Amino acid sequence: MKVLAYDAQKCTGARECEVTCAQTWFKVQDVAKSSIRISVKDDGFAAQFCIQCGKCIEVCPTEALYYNKQGIVLLKKDLCVGCMSCVGFCPYGVMYFAPEEALAFKCVACGQCVKACPQEALKIVELDEASTDVWNLRF
Amino acid sequence: MTNKIIRHVLAEFPYQTPRIERGYANQTLYVNVGTGEIKAKPVSDEMKLKFTGGKGFDLWLLWHAVHDDTKWDSPENEIVISTGPCGGITQYPGSGKSLVTTVSPTTEIITDSNAGGHFGPLLKFSGWDAIEVQGIAEKDVMVIVDAIEGKVTIEEMPDAPNDTHLLGRWLYDVLAEKPQEKYYIAMVSAGTGAEHSLLGCLNFSLYDRKRQDVRYKQAARGGPGTVLRQKHIKALVVRAQPFKGDANHPADMERIARVGADIQREIATWDSVQNRMRNRGTSYLVEIMSDYDLLPVNNFKFGSHPQARDINGAYWETRVTQGLPDGCWYGCTVACAHAVDGFELQTGPYKGHKVIVDGPEYETIGAIGSTCGIFDPDAILELNFYCDTYGIDTISYGNTISFLMECYEVGILDQEKTGGLELTFGNAAASLEILHQLARGEGLGKIAALGVRKAKTYVIEHYGADPQFVQDIGMENKGMEYSMYMGKESLAQQGGYALTNKGPQHDEAWLIFMDQVNNQIPTFEDKAEALHYFPMWRTWFGLCGFCKLPWNDVVDPKNSKSAEPAKIPHHVQNYVDIFSAVTGREVDINEIIAMSERVYNFQRVFNIRLGKGLREHDYPPYRGVGPVTEEEYESRRERYDQQLREWLGLDPDAMTLQEKMAAHRHYRTERYERLMDAVYERRGWTRNGVPTVEKLKALGIDFPEVLAVVEKKLRAED
Repeated sequence: MKVLAYDAQKCTGARECEVTCAQTWFKVQDVAKSSIRISVKDDGFAAQFCIQCGKCIEVCPTEALYYNKQGIVLLKKDLCVGCMSCVGFCPYGVMYFAPEEALAFKCVACGQCVKACPQEALKIVELDEASTDVWNLRF
Repeated sequence: MTNKIIRHVLAEFPYQTPRIERGYANQTLYVNVGTGEIKAKPVSDEMKLKFTGGKGFDLWLLWHAVHDDTKWDSPENEIVISTGPCGGITQYPGSGKSLVTTVSPTTEIITDSNAGGHFGPLLKFSGWDAIEVQGIAEKDVMVIVDAIEGKVTIEEMPDAPNDTHLLGRWLYDVLAEKPQEKYYIAMVSAGTGAEHSLLGCLNFSLYDRKRQDVRYKQAARGGPGTVLRQKHIKALVVRAQPFKGDANHPADMERIARVGADIQREIATWDSVQNRMRNRGTSYLVEIMSDYDLLPVNNFKFGSHPQARDINGAYWETRVTQGLPDGCWYGCTVACAHAVDGFELQTGPYKGHKVIVDGPEYETIGAIGSTCGIFDPDAILELNFYCDTYGIDTISYGNTISFLMECYEVGILDQEKTGGLELTFGNAAASLEILHQLARGEGLGKIAALGVRKAKTYVIEHYGADPQFVQDIGMENKGMEYSMYMGKESLAQQGGYALTNKGPQHDEAWLIFMDQVNNQIPTFEDKAEALHYFPMWRTWFGLCGFCKLPWNDVVDPKNSKSAEPAKIPHHVQNYVDIFSAVTGREVDINEIIAMSERVYNFQRVFNIRLGKGLREHDYPPYRGVGPVTEEEYESRRERYDQQLREWLGLDPDAMTLQEKMAAHRHYRTERYERLMDAVYERRGWTRNGVPTVEKLKALGIDFPEVLAVVEKKLRAED
């Protein structure tokens, strides 16, 4: 699976990734619409985004969530009824909800944030299985 | 398949689906299957303000449809179904309920019952806040609300099967031009049992996408399925357009999303370490109730049984299919609607068929299981399946069989009267045989088809049974059979069952732990306050389209530190937020209670209008209050003797068993009278249980025709 990975040691908190994500998918600057969230820690920064574990697929009542061939969890918008089961049951709190569309959204490893990051702290990497290691990977 | 099916359209009404605004379609659908009349009725602002929706709309429409002397089988009686303004939101669990009201064949007053499934929300999304169906068709018909075609039709479909599990598959295949259209179809049906019984339930369907099959939830109490079949309606159907998560067009979606995310995370965090509803549904209650002597066993004689472990939650967790999103409406991650897949039937017309059994839920396990002395899970599944597909209420059926079993054991019935059946407690084969007889309208099934109250009359009139004994042991009040909790040691729950509008169903109040276990409401005034607040709070769910389970079956432990843990204040606030955010009508808990009080009192007046609804109708059978038989007393002698010492200052060692039982009966019935006085006063009613004119004025439901009913009764009291 090709998933997003983050190197905390490179991150300087520019948050270009958040803005780019919101702009890419929602055409807004509001970082509440970003699928990647940067937070400040005592010793630097941390990132939260989907690791593609697929737990949300199990709880979706409409079969709107599925794995594509690259191992990325995607949402079929025409099947989603905005029920937020996936939001509540995401083990990592990285499934989000857009009220104005009544749709869930998440990181699909599109790579736009990778291009935007001035510190090259984000990267698309190949993994055999989903892992939270991607939240702090050295590369 | 569609082209081969005969569809004889008797009446057609074209319409355009309006935009749903803040939870309301702002119109209701009237269908008369006798005359063919179909029309839209506007929903006024006053109707929304005073009756909210759901059961409130049902009652308002039904009030104007019937006469003072309307019976359940009168043509003008209606089946009315409505969800409510919050029905169909997907962001808060348990928001897809449909409320049904009709004049009941068993209680002969208003019954209301609720079910999950997709009918209510899809009906609203198809443009209708409620459907009222009146009249009696000449031949079997379907009522089809087709939002895709933009029409409502009354149709004869002579090829349609009758029993629900067959009808559902057939109808979905007929109506869905593409497989995905099945997602947006829902139907309400009964079955052959409902044709031959007063205990008919309504099955509310949903399409289970993972199983690719139709499943059902039941609105069963009070016999609405009997009314449906008496009207010669096989099914009410809605064929809706695909919809999105904002189909209700709420006033504040962001507020809904915030509360929805909170409750979803609460369920994700706590259910697995609390009741495990997501793994076994309400069956977790079996063990708890048996441990606390609250599980009805052998027609409510006893409250526990060693074999309860054979049918407890841990067992059902191994039996129901795991790992599926079993909510009965989208977004319900409490997901109590489990099913056993591939169950092979051993009896009846579908013997050998492999079927999906929806449930079993706690009430069903208790009713067709423990209270009949049946602890065989396969028998419970088979009874559950056949009750559902025949369109029979499991609670009423189980109570009626357990009543007949006790009649058999005490000699009122014998094998000659049962057609050779040895109708002892625990005989599952006999219960199944009677169920099949009932569906055919034969044999002892014809007596079981009457329900407990009318079966009492039957055994008194035909078999010379002692009327007092029969009245004592038959677990019904107002003609409705009891749901599955023993209330003998909880005075408040005795009132929670019998001081109700429709009869002894615990959807008004479940106070046993507050009262009996935790002693939080010791005085009559305390109990009366609880019997005001909780019935009103719980009524409100049925006005809005909510299920009660997400309110109190999964709770963050922080609740125990709140001011009133029994009310679960942080969940109450969730509902305040959701209702306000959907409708744009900002409410607080006081307004919520007031909304319910209007509908609750209106229903009470409605019952009075139909000739009942008074104090004389609010008495429980003594089996629900104390020990009827010596066997029952002896089974709890230590407790009962201790109570004689503590409550009455008597020395049980100096009394005969009969004297002890008589002392208990006198004390227990007298304190119930005092409870009635306290509750009626708290509710603003006279000692006869009649809402006062002042109360109706204060609630704003002092419509002339409502006051006329009350004033006539009050004059009679003077």
